[in-house]
Amino acid sequence: MSNIATLTRGIIKENPVFVLLLGLCPVLGVTSSAMNGLGMGIATMFVLTLSNVLISILKSQIPDNVRVPAFIVIIASFTTVVQFLMEAYTPELFTQLGVFIPLIVVNCIVLGRAEGFAMKNGVFKSFLDGIGMGLGFTLALTLLGGVREILGAGSIFDWKFIPGDGILIFILAPGAFIALGFLIAIINQLQRKKT
Amino acid sequence: MKKKPSTLKNMLLALTLIAGAAALSVGLVVAVTEEPIALARQARLEAAIRTVLPEFDHLEEPKTQEVAGGELVFYRAYYNDEYVGTAIATFSTTGFKGLIQLMVGLLPDGTIHNIDVIRHRETPGLGDRIELRFPWPRQFQGMHPNNVNLRVRQDGGDIDAITAATITARAYLEAVRLAFDNFTIEN
Repeated sequence: MSNIATLTRGIIKENPVFVLLLGLCPVLGVTSSAMNGLGMGIATMFVLTLSNVLISILKSQIPDNVRVPAFIVIIASFTTVVQFLMEAYTPELFTQLGVFIPLIVVNCIVLGRAEGFAMKNGVFKSFLDGIGMGLGFTLALTLLGGVREILGAGSIFDWKFIPGDGILIFILAPGAFIALGFLIAIINQLQRKKT
Repeated sequence: MKKKPSTLKNMLLALTLIAGAAALSVGLVVAVTEEPIALARQARLEAAIRTVLPEFDHLEEPKTQEVAGGELVFYRAYYNDEYVGTAIATFSTTGFKGLIQLMVGLLPDGTIHNIDVIRHRETPGLGDRIELRFPWPRQFQGMHPNNVNLRVRQDGGDIDAITAATITARAYLEAVRLAFDNFTIEN
């Protein structure tokens, strides 16, 4: 596979949320607004890329039977490091996103890409895969957060264009399922037209 | 490079080395970021004090007071040596996700000047409407807790709860009452 395909396929074709349906727990939990989705997406992309690179460097040194615990230790350390760095150097961003950062550890996209890609591919490809999948994840979260924020609060990126309360259910958990279902349906339809 | 076989020795070695390296790097980052994090927290606290009080030029040495479940911190503020108000770092442990920390600014007569959130973990999109960027907490500006029953309507008070975040609103008001009650005792 070419490097460009490795980079771009995570964005639409194998979008981790809309197509692979991975990591839905944080997806549904944090996407109550576009800003939250964007922030969580970027933080995940960062950890995903770093852990992909490190795991592909270490891949020949990690015996198969203990690879999952090894991955989890690596991912958790990166997440913790990101959390401390953000609190120290970008306190503004941290107040907005701090609650979501620990969720990255339990995001199965990171583990899934480590197991499914970084373990079998070279360092550079794993780096591209991390960026691509991260972008796809960020796109999906921002889109879902945006839809929920527009319907649920009448605003986008905290910019309010409909006064008063929105359709409350879209801010709550059931609305996340409904909105995600419709988005997946739309993406599937678009993909089918192409082929 | 050939893959290492899963012998006991290899597995032990690999996990020990990875865990050791991870612990070392996290420890290193903690050591490096400890000071900036403390500074950032201090800055956030000071920003909250400035937000909730009228203009002031110096603060008295903060006083702490033990209350059930934690402590309150009082910051008395002066402008040209005239007492202009007190910022009180208060809290409630009954938020939807536990601890909520607020900074309540009271004028000398006890009127609420402004209230800012120092730290909370409430649900994004619902409970986070207690933050000052939303209109809900601004309703308290200019209220005097003696004239208004600072409880949600469901509990017989005068305040409309936040839609779908009544527990958060209840905890918020509890923290505000705690600050005011101790402010009255203090003066």
